[in-house]
Amino acid sequence: MELNAQKRGTRLHVALSGELDHHSADKARIMLDTLLHDVTVRELTLDLSGLTFMDSAGLGVVLGRYKTVHMRGGRMIVTGVSASIDRIFRMSGIYTLVERQ
Amino acid sequence: MYNITQIRFSAVSQNENYARAVIAAFASQLNPTLEELSDIRTAVSEAVTNAIIHGYEQNPDAFVRMDCTLDHGLLTVTVHDDGCGISDIELARKPFYTTKPELERSGMGFAVMEAFMDRVTVESAPHKGTTVTMEKRIGHAG
Ligand SMILES: Nc1ncnc2c1ncn2[C@@H]1O[C@H](COP(=O)(O)OP(=O)(O)O)[C@@H](O)[C@H]1O
Ligand SMILES: [Mg+2]
Repeated sequence: MELNAQKRGTRLHVALSGELDHHSADKARIMLDTLLHDVTVRELTLDLSGLTFMDSAGLGVVLGRYKTVHMRGGRMIVTGVSASIDRIFRMSGIYTLVERQ
Repeated sequence: MYNITQIRFSAVSQNENYARAVIAAFASQLNPTLEELSDIRTAVSEAVTNAIIHGYEQNPDAFVRMDCTLDHGLLTVTVHDDGCGISDIELARKPFYTTKPELERSGMGFAVMEAFMDRVTVESAPHKGTTVTMEKRIGHAG
């Protein structure tokens, strides 16, 4: 699990790569929360195109970060969603909260 | 073709990746599509993760067993733990139901297994462990 972040103004763009399962979820969570300590972030984009695997543990990570961003009145976007991840996202109804681009 | 493999591993999260690698290599004998292979890896990951975190609460001295069978295009995977068991299986299988929300679990594990495999059965009782059996027919295999 690797993470590459770029900030432009109030927008934070984070590209995740590797495998996002229960084992790597802790690391992803800690790294994302560290980035979100910056309270000026109002829009978080997670680019998932570099993920070679994700299961429902990844869904938990995305939903958890959505809560943080939403609480401060911001919004969240996911991009690079593979067919398999899209199925998990659709099943969970997450697209009513998080925009897919 | 008929083929069986069985593995047994410690209930630690490092082995989630290992179990996926084993099932992917085993299922490859059936020439699955990339989508089928991805479905199988994801479903196995859900079942194995559940055994590790719910069944055993992560314990390197406890063992998860995975039995894989190929029978003429039908893949059957059984994930077994001797952990805490499930008191209400019907409730546990419901989407969004989780007993560990503090770990940011989404409660979608069983729903994912059901969506990605053809058939999922769960046998469990409190303190008697849990056995999840998943089947998937691989399209163009002989
Ligand atoms: N092997 C298991 N041993 C004990 N309890 C389990 C097991 N698998 C699943 N469960 C129970 O079923 C619930 C739902 O599982 P699941 O749908 O995978 O959601 P999650 O893992 O996100 O909690 C779990 O929260 C847990 O209470
Ligand atoms: Mg689960």
